[in-house]
Amino acid sequence: MSRLRIEQPGALALVQDLGRPGMAHLGVPASGALDRGALTLANRLVGNPAGAAALELLVGGFRARFEGEGWFAVTGAWGSIRLDGRTIAPYTAARARDGAVLDIGPAERGIRYLLAVRGGLDVAAVLGSRSRDTLAGLGPEPVAPGQVLEVAPEPAASVPIVDQNPAFPPPRDAVTLELHPGPRADWFTDAAHTALFESVWRLSEQADRIGARLVGPPLDRQRTGELESEGTVPGSIQVASGGQPTILLADRPVTGGYPVIAIVASSSLDAVAQLRPGQGVRFRHA
Amino acid sequence: MSRRLLPSGEAALLVECDNLEEVLALHDALEVALREARGPAGVIELVPAARSILVVIDPAVIPLESVATWVRRIPAEAGSRSAGVRSEPVAIPVAYDGEDLAATAALLAISPEALVARHTDAEWRVAFVGFAPGFGYLVSDDWPYEVPRLEAPRTRVPAGAVALAGVFGGVYPRPSPGGWRLIGRTDSSLWNPESDQPALLAPGRRIRFEAVGSS
Repeated sequence: MSRLRIEQPGALALVQDLGRPGMAHLGVPASGALDRGALTLANRLVGNPAGAAALELLVGGFRARFEGEGWFAVTGAWGSIRLDGRTIAPYTAARARDGAVLDIGPAERGIRYLLAVRGGLDVAAVLGSRSRDTLAGLGPEPVAPGQVLEVAPEPAASVPIVDQNPAFPPPRDAVTLELHPGPRADWFTDAAHTALFESVWRLSEQADRIGARLVGPPLDRQRTGELESEGTVPGSIQVASGGQPTILLADRPVTGGYPVIAIVASSSLDAVAQLRPGQGVRFRHA
Repeated sequence: MSRRLLPSGEAALLVECDNLEEVLALHDALEVALREARGPAGVIELVPAARSILVVIDPAVIPLESVATWVRRIPAEAGSRSAGVRSEPVAIPVAYDGEDLAATAALLAISPEALVARHTDAEWRVAFVGFAPGFGYLVSDDWPYEVPRLEAPRTRVPAGAVALAGVFGGVYPRPSPGGWRLIGRTDSSLWNPESDQPALLAPGRRIRFEAVGSS
């Protein structure tokens, strides 16, 4: 049985899997890895089931020591990955010997790494998931320095042999996200809809697993009045009274009282997870 | 009864109703159909709120259009607020010694004893969950009052606090800030993430409060 001893968690290291869908009616959001494609790819690279628990590392500055040997893969954000000082290519499976030290430097592109270990992290599941829900406080606590994470036994599937993995580092420039109409699109002026699709938005500093707030022109309403709280989905773009949009993400409150103008297509959500503060965002119709 | 179907992405539909009564009736109809396997496969969950129900689906199993047709056609009679899931009401023992009991009764121009009597005589039903995991908003045909929220919310309300706000009753499942008026407290476990049924106050469930001596 191998283990991972965390020496430095970096800005925020959370255990994540594919979350706990189907509990919003009890007030529990699905949570789960924000970049689901990166999680499932990292797991696939080491032969894990797609939803095995892995670490979501915000920004990087992470260091851990393998106790017992094991395979691992790092996907998502793009930055320096070193094993005992030796550079490891991102998006590949690598084998660590017992005692090897893994260093993941600050992300140069994107902002969330996914670190999967062959076997998956063996932490207690809560409501069917090992994901940390940062709003409701469910699931494993954020990883602390000195913490030892158990790794579950290796799966039957072998580590796939691939010469070249499809690696698409997150873009540095403005990203384009696809939108579906939101339930309250008709609450907004024509000018607001035009501004939504024609502006270059910027990710603000207020961006976390709950929501990503964007900076740009205010989106004005043509309808005033209060909205009773109603169910939201990951990707719902709610617009606060000041006109600023926020993309609601995996740990959002399950109901919200601000009108939702549009909804980010599920195929664009992983890109939201990798946006860096200040980075540009454009929208187009899905 | 009118239902407006609003788009909510690739995997959900938002069904807007005219009022809470219609939400309760439609939620009952959809829930019973799903439970008795008369509803379509691929519906993951129903998320009711004050004037809407979010129907969450797996688009790989069923197209949104089919779900829309199902929701549009299902008959639902708006009736009793207390109908809910057809099972015995859950009893919640309450010590009615909340900090705001006297002041709340005064606001409603009744005695604290009368407020407690109305609260325990009423059969409640969980309309929806909001604010926090397991925080059920309770409604009852037998509850005629509307209670204003506190002007300044408390920074910390203990778990088990039995409270009122607007037309709703509630019980705080975990310690949290809160602006509801506190009339009592219960030792019942409202929220247990270790359990298969983590929330005692799940939508549709019926509830009765029982007065017990203060301890």
